[in-house]
Amino acid sequence: MTMWVNIKRIVKSGFFNFSRSTFVSLSSVLIMIITLSVIASLIFLSATLNASLQEIKDKVDINVYFVTRADESEILSLKSQLENLPEVASITYTSRDEALSKFRQRHENDELTLQALEELGENPLQASLNIKAKNPSQYEGIANFLQNEPALSQDGASIVDKVNYYQNKVAIEKLSKIINTTERLGSIIAVILIAVSVLITFNTIRLAIYISREEISVMRLVGATSFYVRGPFVVVGAIYGALAGVLTLILFYPVTYWLGEQTSNLFLSFNVFEYYTRNFGQIFLIIILSGLLIGAFSSYLAVRRYLKI
Amino acid sequence: MLYFDKVSKIYSSDSVALDNVTFTIEPKEFVSIVGHSGAGKTTLVKLILTEEKPTSGKIFFGSRDIDSIPSREIPEYRRKIGVIFQDFRLIPNKNVYENIAFSMEAAGRSDEEIEADVPHVLELVDLTKKIWSFPHELSGGEIQRVAIARAIINQPDIILADEPTGNLDPVNTYDIVQILKKINDLGTTIILATHNKGVIDSLGKRVITMEQGKIIRDDEKGRYII
Repeated sequence: MTMWVNIKRIVKSGFFNFSRSTFVSLSSVLIMIITLSVIASLIFLSATLNASLQEIKDKVDINVYFVTRADESEILSLKSQLENLPEVASITYTSRDEALSKFRQRHENDELTLQALEELGENPLQASLNIKAKNPSQYEGIANFLQNEPALSQDGASIVDKVNYYQNKVAIEKLSKIINTTERLGSIIAVILIAVSVLITFNTIRLAIYISREEISVMRLVGATSFYVRGPFVVVGAIYGALAGVLTLILFYPVTYWLGEQTSNLFLSFNVFEYYTRNFGQIFLIIILSGLLIGAFSSYLAVRRYLKI
Repeated sequence: MLYFDKVSKIYSSDSVALDNVTFTIEPKEFVSIVGHSGAGKTTLVKLILTEEKPTSGKIFFGSRDIDSIPSREIPEYRRKIGVIFQDFRLIPNKNVYENIAFSMEAAGRSDEEIEADVPHVLELVDLTKKIWSFPHELSGGEIQRVAIARAIINQPDIILADEPTGNLDPVNTYDIVQILKKINDLGTTIILATHNKGVIDSLGKRVITMEQGKIIRDDEKGRYII
């Protein structure tokens, strides 16, 4: 006997069993949809969370202000030194002239301030480096670097006037902590939710197979191998999973569209619907594969106890 | 063909299903096993099918101790035994054709063989017209004839019938017994467990009588005497 004939028969029989026990199939698919929706929701939730955190992280930075007599070449050499640090994501240099023009722009309606500026005669503003780290927890290291290796001018005095990290330190540290905790807590909750919904699916499929326990014993007694008895049940489980997966993906189309509309004008530039359509291939694979695996594996386990005859 | 050597099956100390049973069944024999409910008939059937294992003693099929058959060879062994149950046990979501075909598929027979043999065996049990019906659309007698067709489709060495007429009326009972006789005439060993006096007396074949797990009588051309 060829294996191929066996597999062909098992798959065919699986499809027959699925279509002939409509009610059981329908309820199992419904439960699977709930499980897969939980997984999909977690994907979207973590994407939203990550995007928000990223946005907040991007807002954190440190500014280094230089004394007004510092040479531009000295500042630029410090900039290239800093750029060699592994923690640094990007550095923007603002010269004194740029700082002045930005200041002017900001206060273009403030006649009094501009007048005072004119009165001074020279540019009172400092050149600065705006430093962004790859991770908020790394600002401390960068600040320490600036403190331990003070960039000196030719006459031996430090060209760095102040680093605003120390003012922001508390806020940055708190934010790092919040981000870390959210990520950790999020993954724990995700694991629990997924475990619970997989268990519910497993039990539903177990009940569906419990109905067939007599049938399984008869199949064994007329001389079917356990592989041959189990096969169609595993196929049916996989069909439940695949069908539920497709339905879940369809269901999330309008849901994310609506959520995207609701949230985009609320707080973030992140849009769930855009995320869904942009990453559809990946999400499709995750949901369909989860469905197939949960369905097939639950069936595999559930049949086992009735095969002992 | 089949040899029970001092076989006992004890479920618990106050539930002894078989007590030191020894007998031999020759090829092509038609043996009835009779006794009240609880006499140990069904346990006997379960032991032959390796659904249960004996507490002590050995059962030989041909020259092979069936207790020594490794579990992956059990399906192949079971295909040599056609089994018929009192409660029919067809697969409810398969039609008549598929129920019978299932045994052949499980035995790895080709699609051509299945398509040729199933109508043939249905002719033998006179059910050709119901080939596409589902079990719930059939009467008890018809269902049991499907079960017989399923049992003989792989040309087994032994047919094991556990109270096959227990749920049937006299007319259907007569039909089933005639079919079993016909199968026996074609050369298949038959073991029939029953407590139907009429069936036993009309057969005029070997009868093993059991009571409380023991064989109390073993007569050629026996009658139902308890």
